[in-house]
Amino acid sequence: MTNSSRDAAIPTLARVESPPPDYSSLRAALMSVLIVVLLALAWEGAKAFGEANGYVVSVGGSSLDLRILNDTQLPHLTDILAAFTEPAQRNGPPLYQTLIEASAFTLWAAIRGFFLGGFIGFALAILFAHSSLLQRGLLPYVVASQTVPILAIAPMIVIWMGRAGNVELSVPIIAAYLTFFPVTIYTLRGLTSVPSTALELMQSYAASRREILFKLRLPNALPHIFTALKLSATASVVGAIIGELPSGIQNGLGIAILNFARYYNQSPPRLWATIAASGLVGILFFAVVALVERLVVRWRVEDSE
Amino acid sequence: MASIISVQNMDKIFRAADGTTVTALQDINLEVEEGEFISLIGPSGCGKSTLLRIIADLIQPSGGRVMVNDKPAAQARKDRDYGFVFQNATLYDWRTVLKNVQLPLEIMKYDKERRDQRAREMLRLVELGEFENKYPWQLSGGMQQRVSIARALAFEPGILLMDEPFGALDEMTRERMNNELLHIWSSLERMTVMFVTHSISEAVYLSSRVVVLSPRPGRIAEIINIDLPRPRGPETRDLDDFFHLSNRVRHALREGVQT
Repeated sequence: MTNSSRDAAIPTLARVESPPPDYSSLRAALMSVLIVVLLALAWEGAKAFGEANGYVVSVGGSSLDLRILNDTQLPHLTDILAAFTEPAQRNGPPLYQTLIEASAFTLWAAIRGFFLGGFIGFALAILFAHSSLLQRGLLPYVVASQTVPILAIAPMIVIWMGRAGNVELSVPIIAAYLTFFPVTIYTLRGLTSVPSTALELMQSYAASRREILFKLRLPNALPHIFTALKLSATASVVGAIIGELPSGIQNGLGIAILNFARYYNQSPPRLWATIAASGLVGILFFAVVALVERLVVRWRVEDSE
Repeated sequence: MASIISVQNMDKIFRAADGTTVTALQDINLEVEEGEFISLIGPSGCGKSTLLRIIADLIQPSGGRVMVNDKPAAQARKDRDYGFVFQNATLYDWRTVLKNVQLPLEIMKYDKERRDQRAREMLRLVELGEFENKYPWQLSGGMQQRVSIARALAFEPGILLMDEPFGALDEMTRERMNNELLHIWSSLERMTVMFVTHSISEAVYLSSRVVVLSPRPGRIAEIINIDLPRPRGPETRDLDDFFHLSNRVRHALREGVQT
């Protein structure tokens, strides 16, 4: 009797003491799983549709060629998954092992480019925030630098680094070229978008420029900086893959994409598996930066982007 | 006795980018003595916040002289002679309540022990002792403003400049904050307060003198002595004198607009 009433009391107490469970993150996770399932269904559904119609659909008077939905152009998802476990070369290791090694190689170059570009971008932003003359003089060129296609610049950097005796270094540099720009723009915005009263408060304390930078401008810029770093994380992976193409480096994802595209008709799923691996590398890097952001930016930001 | 704040023949002219000029303040003369509670009242756009910011050396006057503690205002700012309270609390989002109050103490190179002790003391004064580890967004508007008052008082300035600090609060909260401010002011010896407001009852309730400004260009229309007995409390608002003085301020405001 006493036992049962005590048992009944415990869950009530637990309910009172623990905050209501937050299902929003669980719901978000379910949502992204659901989207993957829906995309997979759409993929396989489109293939089934193409097959059922003999890869030709008549639209009005003309016909639409659906051969892009056949097993060569759009392999079955199961085939792509299976490709991971099969060796890419006769008697070679399974493809997933090759891809993990290539991903690690490319990610390492991307990380170095990320830090190099992040550092340069950050330094430029600090410089621009403190000198409107430099900002007006240099910022247009920083913007213009991004209008030149990276594919056009990459070979030039490879040639330079080759002459300088370190071709390996050209990949991080090309990654950095894509990385520094968002960091400069967002950091500069964060440093200068300080509310006027927040700045007046510092002036009323007769604070030095250094104190204003470290106690006001930088913390104010942190959420902006992380927005930039998340963009840069994925951009640096793109930059690293592109950088590998002209540099002739044989270990990365870039050369894997190039090779599997060249021999696409022999085994289409291998290219698709490599595309998936490239995407995963970008997502992984993004997720790590987002995690660091959650650890660093602990306050709530009203106008987050 | 020497004035703690002295404004003489001061003008402020704003020049817009297109070359047009606006006279914000014209021929301002004001002497404030130590320990006074002065309110600046006037319709919006009369330059009362500008006057406060000029005294604080956050804006430069176009002409005339502004002395604080017998020094030019710029020197007084460098000597950290005053605390400033803004209309929005202007707390730093990334700092906890305690860290916000410690901000001026960090800049003024107090050691860690004294920073902690002063900040906690000030938070107790504004009755927010148990909120020291909260972030600003976790507090109500009134609580945020109390934190900002604690921050302004933390380094023991002799002068407190307040720019419509309770303007964004509801009437009930505002009256409670008025009482708290009077309590704080009376507990700190010789603290001089300059308080910008557009509420007549707030100005009369708090002040020893009310400075009425007229708009465009901003000029001092009248300075009204508020000789209501202290300590003041809710019953003060029921006094006949409170009513009469409020009416005098109201008339001065109305005449200021007409001329």
